[in-house]
Amino acid sequence: MAPNETRVPLTSEADIVTARQKGRSLAVELGFQGADLTLIATAISEVSRNIVEYAQRGEIVLRPANHGNRRGLSIVARDDGPGIPDVAQAMQYGYSSRRGLGVGLPGAKLLMDDFDIVSKVGVGTTITMKKWVRSHAG
Amino acid sequence: MHVPILKQSDYLIASIQSVLSDVDLLQLRDDLSERVGQYRSRGVIIDVTVLDVIDSFATRTLRAIAHMLRLRGAETVIVGIQPEVAFMMVQLGLMLEGIGTALDLEEGLAYLDRKTKRNLHGAK
Repeated sequence: MAPNETRVPLTSEADIVTARQKGRSLAVELGFQGADLTLIATAISEVSRNIVEYAQRGEIVLRPANHGNRRGLSIVARDDGPGIPDVAQAMQYGYSSRRGLGVGLPGAKLLMDDFDIVSKVGVGTTITMKKWVRSHAG
Repeated sequence: MHVPILKQSDYLIASIQSVLSDVDLLQLRDDLSERVGQYRSRGVIIDVTVLDVIDSFATRTLRAIAHMLRLRGAETVIVGIQPEVAFMMVQLGLMLEGIGTALDLEEGLAYLDRKTKRNLHGAK
């Protein structure tokens, strides 16, 4: 039986740890192994920190994903914060509007299989990303 | 989660016991900077074996710690980065330039002995 959806509210930096731990345990239930678990937890960490730093509050929604015969994990990171004026710039590796490494969002995209970002100034930002379980042939 | 810092002769060993939040990492930075002065330490080992995630914030903070401690006269070596974490860091392009790394505590001590030109830990 597929595990249900998990919601993690983000209101402080401590919630970043909760979000990545919940993501990791759901990923284990869904059949992810080894390095993929670390990649997923790290991607969740990066998008969660983005919310806490720029929007102060938001949420992470974790749920199983299916596409054809592929199974995986869907992660939605949502906030009602200030929005990102220039998404293309924010997605450039090495660009940071603050003192960061500029790795956060582009990094999360690198680690996941699918990554989609919708942001509107004054409305908020929604990031939807997915990782698919590798088929273990032999 | 507070990170215990042990003193062993000229060195400090910060042994991370559980996952750390951003605030915990900044606390570790401040604690180490203070202890290096208090104990006149020449080297610091940060054991990250239990960390399953070293993301961009953690990388930036570890780098900052190492550079701060060097300014305080101590060498830093990060030990215990797990293979999955190393893989992820390479994928993400996260670098620990200019910072010592070693496989485990034993190798970390040997690294510091070489770096600080001392031989206080029974290495041949």
